[in-house]
Amino acid sequence: MHNPPDLRYTPTHEWVRWDGELATVGITRFAVEQLTEPTYLELPALGSSVEAGKPFGVIESVKSTSDLYAPLSGVVAERNSELLDDPASGRQGNLALILEDPFGRGWLIKIRPQPPVSLEHLLTAEQYEAQLAAEGH
Amino acid sequence: MSTLLRTALYDWHLAQGARMVPFAGWSMPLQYEGIVAEHLAVRKEAGMFDISHMGRLRCQGAGATQLLDYVCTNAIAPMHTGQVRYSLLCHERGGVLDDVLVYRWAEEEFSLVVNAANRDKVLAWLEQHRPSAAVQIQDETRATAMVAVQGPAAAAAVADLFADDLRRLKYYFACRTWCGSTAVWASRTGYTGEDGFEIVLPAEAALELWERLRGRGVKPCGLGARDTLRLEAGMPLYGHELTEEINPIQAGLAWAVKFSKGDFIGRSALEQARQDRTLPVRVGLEIEGRRAARMGHRVLSAEGQAVGTVTSGSFCPYLELSLAMAYVLPDYAAVGTPLQIELPGAFLRAAVVPLPFYKRTPAG
Repeated sequence: MHNPPDLRYTPTHEWVRWDGELATVGITRFAVEQLTEPTYLELPALGSSVEAGKPFGVIESVKSTSDLYAPLSGVVAERNSELLDDPASGRQGNLALILEDPFGRGWLIKIRPQPPVSLEHLLTAEQYEAQLAAEGH
Repeated sequence: MSTLLRTALYDWHLAQGARMVPFAGWSMPLQYEGIVAEHLAVRKEAGMFDISHMGRLRCQGAGATQLLDYVCTNAIAPMHTGQVRYSLLCHERGGVLDDVLVYRWAEEEFSLVVNAANRDKVLAWLEQHRPSAAVQIQDETRATAMVAVQGPAAAAAVADLFADDLRRLKYYFACRTWCGSTAVWASRTGYTGEDGFEIVLPAEAALELWERLRGRGVKPCGLGARDTLRLEAGMPLYGHELTEEINPIQAGLAWAVKFSKGDFIGRSALEQARQDRTLPVRVGLEIEGRRAARMGHRVLSAEGQAVGTVTSGSFCPYLELSLAMAYVLPDYAAVGTPLQIELPGAFLRAAVVPLPFYKRTPAG
């Protein structure tokens, strides 16, 4: 189970990449493998507020439905347009990216966190893997 | 987890990287490559499923027909040798104890394939209603394995694997045959909406058959695809569309209840149920968009009144539609009725559509 060491994690299997300005959020490889191939994704509108620990969206597979939880409080600054349907062109969002590259092209949203920004409440890769191990995975 | 039962193919599943899940007391593969790919393989080519968790019971001896006709809602006595019949087992109030396949091998010799979760219950029920010690009931589940081969290419895949050409088997018929020197039985049945076969053989022979099918390009499929395939084909699943609180009439399975035969358990309750226009009935729902309804979600009328409950739902990979089955009040069950499904924080628009959602086009 390789979880990149430069990311932070939530107990609910989201990851965060903080670049000093925006926090990119996705779900871990473990999470998407548990879910199986995503079939539906619901993300919050640009500019909407998200609250740490509260649901910000929904992801579904043929097997199950899961809420997505915000790792940080802030405002949605970007959404991964590759994943979303484009009504203008009629192009369907490529949800397979979440399964194929969960820590990369399968990212979900970028949050502009509410200052002061702290990642201290989030898990390190090591702590996250310890949690997975404790859950028997 | 260590107490979970393992099928004869358990080690193979693990070696292939299958995701194993507990199911009705068994450790079973949920998926290998992925549910969607496996679902599509069955619709377009052929897939194989380890369904060894299903209960396999043998019922034989003088009085076996009498016993089965008394516990089954469908007619057993008129069955031909080699015929397979779907039936419900109901309790006195008409609720469904299990849905089963009955195989007739001889005048007084039958096999039953029952749901894994109901195996002990059905065994006890048969024992309880056994007319005499002449009827013997054996549980052959652990000694045997069961493999389903499903899909338009299933017949070609099994063609020369057995002493008899299974392509000659008619739908819902079975035969006892040989796979090399191993005695097996096979039926033209399945739970996917496709043509296909279900094969029962000694547990120790399962791996060789499985590998030979694999060698012919038949794709291993897990319980995940089995569930989406049966949903897309509009087939009820025990624990979802069928429970001890639901009767076969409500479930749309009146065709498997034969009032023209003699007495059977649940008969008078079901005769009443046939006249009852107040109980919720099973319907198919097509949902707008890709979001899925799930078991337990409430179904509302277009005006927002609660009229039913979802029993199964998923995005269905072949039809590429979000589909569900639900029980709704009869006034809301007509095809075309607009309904809503209440999810946490969302309402989905839906309409009643005919079941099955998916029906294969006959070959040729």
